[in-house]
Amino acid sequence: MVELILFWIFALLAVGGAFGVVVHPNPAKSALLLVLTFFALAGEYVLLMAHFIAIVHVAVYAGAIMVLFLFVIMLLNVPEETRTSRLWGIMRYAGFTLAILLFAEIGYFGFKGFQTAYVQETDLGTVERIGQALFSKYVLPFEIASILLLVAMLGALYLSKRKLEIVGDGKTAPAGKKTEEVLVEE
Amino acid sequence: MSLELLTILIAALKVVVVISLVLVTVMILTLMERKISGWIQNRYGPNRVGWGGILQPVADGVKFFTKEDIIPGHVDRFLYLMAPAIALVPALMTFAIVPFGDQMNFFLFGHEITLQFQLVDLNVGILYFVSIASLGVYGLIVGGFGSNNKYSMLGGLRSSAQMISYEIPMGLSIIAVVMLSGSLRLNDVVMDQAGLWNVVRQPLGFIIFVVAAFAETNRLPFDLPEAEQELVGGYHTEYSSMKFSSFMIAEYSNLITSSALITTLYFGGWQVPGLELLSLPIWLEQFLQILAFLVKTSFFIFLYMWVRWTFPRFRYDQLMNLGWKSMLPLALLNIVLTGAWIAYF
Repeated sequence: MVELILFWIFALLAVGGAFGVVVHPNPAKSALLLVLTFFALAGEYVLLMAHFIAIVHVAVYAGAIMVLFLFVIMLLNVPEETRTSRLWGIMRYAGFTLAILLFAEIGYFGFKGFQTAYVQETDLGTVERIGQALFSKYVLPFEIASILLLVAMLGALYLSKRKLEIVGDGKTAPAGKKTEEVLVEE
Repeated sequence: MSLELLTILIAALKVVVVISLVLVTVMILTLMERKISGWIQNRYGPNRVGWGGILQPVADGVKFFTKEDIIPGHVDRFLYLMAPAIALVPALMTFAIVPFGDQMNFFLFGHEITLQFQLVDLNVGILYFVSIASLGVYGLIVGGFGSNNKYSMLGGLRSSAQMISYEIPMGLSIIAVVMLSGSLRLNDVVMDQAGLWNVVRQPLGFIIFVVAAFAETNRLPFDLPEAEQELVGGYHTEYSSMKFSSFMIAEYSNLITSSALITTLYFGGWQVPGLELLSLPIWLEQFLQILAFLVKTSFFIFLYMWVRWTFPRFRYDQLMNLGWKSMLPLALLNIVLTGAWIAYF
């Protein structure tokens, strides 16, 4: 009974938060609503006995990635969105149709799955079980994912460490770039 | 009385007692900080209210409550009002996983009750601290952004960058401790140190954790989000009365929790070496263990204050260089060394 009440609280928070992310005109508040959504989702994970996923979800998405998002939004000082009515007019019909289709699909398959699904074990999402699964059955995908992350990291490093050449009047430009793209040295 | 009801009542009582204790300690710390700063700077510190200034925190509290609650006209009202709450809630939540004593069994209304001196013994343990503590930064960011003031905004920006940079070495130094204990539960980490404290086995990790904890709690030498000389008051420039006080309480609760965690992770938690050899009565042993935990934690709280009134503030680029170019590689090296140590011995 308690779990059901908690489920509905978290579910309403998650859906309401996600809706707010889309419709709120202020980007900073949209980002904060997304944090709320992540937090509500973490609550749902806890109810599903997936403690590890819940905690990592909060630590990684809410605690790190969204902080960076907010950092960028604050740094760029993004103004409130202004709606261009023409675009809104076209998007309205296409968007709503697609959303209804998507909801119908998810709802149908979710309902089909709901009829057969049941939680088999209660310690399914604990740290021990996830560790065992990651390092035995799923060791290859796990390692591949780590290589993917390494490659992405090297790519970011490469892009931010492009060689700078001194051009004429003390300004610097990336190697092989035209003069229009000369960066002012800071 | 049924066992279930009794368990719930005891759990609720524990929550009330622990949160009240943390809040009372915060009150004491505000006085302690000013007394210690006075002592270090060779002056008296507050000594007018009560006996030797002992009622100063009460006077401060009354002042905070009775001050006019000002909401400046240019702020984003919703975010401005939310920020102190967002800062305070995670700060009070993190203490839940700290074990401050062993467990004891006793009989109550005909049931055998196991009372654990820890609010919750989570399976994910220390990860809970890492994730909830990382939410505390939202209070600072939202406060800085909602205040609509350039100084507050800069404070918020600095705190977000600082938190992200120092969370990584902190998490990596915790990984080395977890590798030794083989469990994320803080009770297992404490038990693992029965023979030898982690500060001996993990000297490098200990230093990294302490430095990162200073940065995460925004204390000097890393208090750049509220550097008075540059940013007026940083993220809390526009706040007054109880809302300002909430930020203060959050800061001091974080200080208490990180001192308690330094104790738990590196100084054997509530353990006293050689206490079981004395074969004392169980209640005395438990009492001494809790006392040992309090003494160790108090020492680290003192260390925080000692450092605050001794060292100058870092420059922002120095802060970032230290975090990314020294602490991160050292924390990774520490993990490699710990792995080699485990494999070899």
